[in-house]
Amino acid sequence: MFLDYYNLSPLLMQIHAFLCSVMPEWLALTLEGLVVGVFILVMYAVLAIILIYMERKVCAAFQCRIGPNRVGGKGGLLQVPADVLKILTKEIISLKHSDHFLYALAPFLVILASILTFSCLPWNKGGEILHMNIGIFFVLAASSIGVLGILLAGWSSNSKYTLIGAVRSGAMIISYELSIGLSVLTMVVMSGAMDIQTIVEGQANGWNIFKGHIPAIMAFIIYLIAGNAEANRGPFDLAEAEQELTAGYHTEYSGMHFGFFYLAEYLNLFITAGIATTLFLGGWMPLHIAGLDGLNMVMDYIPGFVWFIGKTFFIVFLLMWIRWTFPRLRIDQVLTLEWKYLMPLSLVVLLLMTVCKVFGLTF
Amino acid sequence: MFFTFIIVVILTAIVLVVAAMTIAKLLAPRSFNPQKGEPYECGIPTRGQSWVQFKAGYYLFAILFLMFDIETVFLFPWAVVADQVGVYALVSVGFFLVVLILGLAYAWRKGALEWK
Repeated sequence: MFLDYYNLSPLLMQIHAFLCSVMPEWLALTLEGLVVGVFILVMYAVLAIILIYMERKVCAAFQCRIGPNRVGGKGGLLQVPADVLKILTKEIISLKHSDHFLYALAPFLVILASILTFSCLPWNKGGEILHMNIGIFFVLAASSIGVLGILLAGWSSNSKYTLIGAVRSGAMIISYELSIGLSVLTMVVMSGAMDIQTIVEGQANGWNIFKGHIPAIMAFIIYLIAGNAEANRGPFDLAEAEQELTAGYHTEYSGMHFGFFYLAEYLNLFITAGIATTLFLGGWMPLHIAGLDGLNMVMDYIPGFVWFIGKTFFIVFLLMWIRWTFPRLRIDQVLTLEWKYLMPLSLVVLLLMTVCKVFGLTF
Repeated sequence: MFFTFIIVVILTAIVLVVAAMTIAKLLAPRSFNPQKGEPYECGIPTRGQSWVQFKAGYYLFAILFLMFDIETVFLFPWAVVADQVGVYALVSVGFFLVVLILGLAYAWRKGALEWK
């Protein structure tokens, strides 16, 4: 099988065996843990910088502007690193009336939720950090820690803007979590597994969105809408509607403290897109078209992580496109959209997918 | 192996926040001003506490969310084996969903989904 060229797990096993042979196992595990931790931090920072730069360029293109173009040569490539340095040198203001413990705890929860889900993404064959047989379920569970951080941030700051921003955001995120859960469930019915690697490997001869035809495409659209709301972006960013709420739940955070929320927001965008890629667009699986063996062979030579990152950035672009195209919704419109349209629709899609699967109507 | 890595990931998250906060505290300037600690409300002094009783509409949606989220949790084990069990899985989950959809319809009819 071609795909095994890029399988990382034998290599990782060999490294582990080698380390265990030259040092005690606990030391080997500590060393591996350190490497994994540094890898996560580096990926996290690099992806955040790329995503913020991409967002600024894409939004500029949609609004007929140029975007960042001064710092670091022609394209403004060093604009975001410069912003990161700037945010590090900003004063962190300590509030007088806030609940200090919860105020300090909130960024931890937000970052924890996003790093836990981030490390479940299947980068390559054998290349995910947390591998477990209930993978996608764990992702759903871990991602809902984030809303706790948002609610705590808003409540503990003791300001009216943050309170309204937090409850709006909380109501919206928990509502859209249902649609996300149901569309993920649809794809679990489709692939018959919760293990992320098994879901990806089940798409070897056709991605789920092609195999599951109508219900899969509908679930994909529902997932994109709900995922956009989950990441607090796009037409659903009423929690931080600048005109009415200044910055929503993180109004009272300053400097790097605010930076964590900003970082988590962009990484959540990437994670949403990554999970969509895994479930619907085949994760690291190359594009295979039945009958075109020559094409399939060429596609197999492209490594898995290139496919994964490429597809994920395609979906990130779609989500940015949505964000900069649609006007912001009101809270009642947001909740109506979820509870009266998306939620019944995703239940119907789930039943439709089960019918297709049970009677063998999928490809 | 798995538990090692989940601890590593959790520690990474904590280290990221602590390290970035430490760097920021070392680099950032500090100045004291009694106005700075006040809640930001566009320069106008704030009135009273912000820890107040709040609109019940949000609470209602949280209750509804609880019902459907637990339903999703119950459906996950079913979803894994739905294909192997076949028509029986479809029928049984059909009953389960009908009950839930009736619940949603009841909430809808009672006006719990209206934003007032």
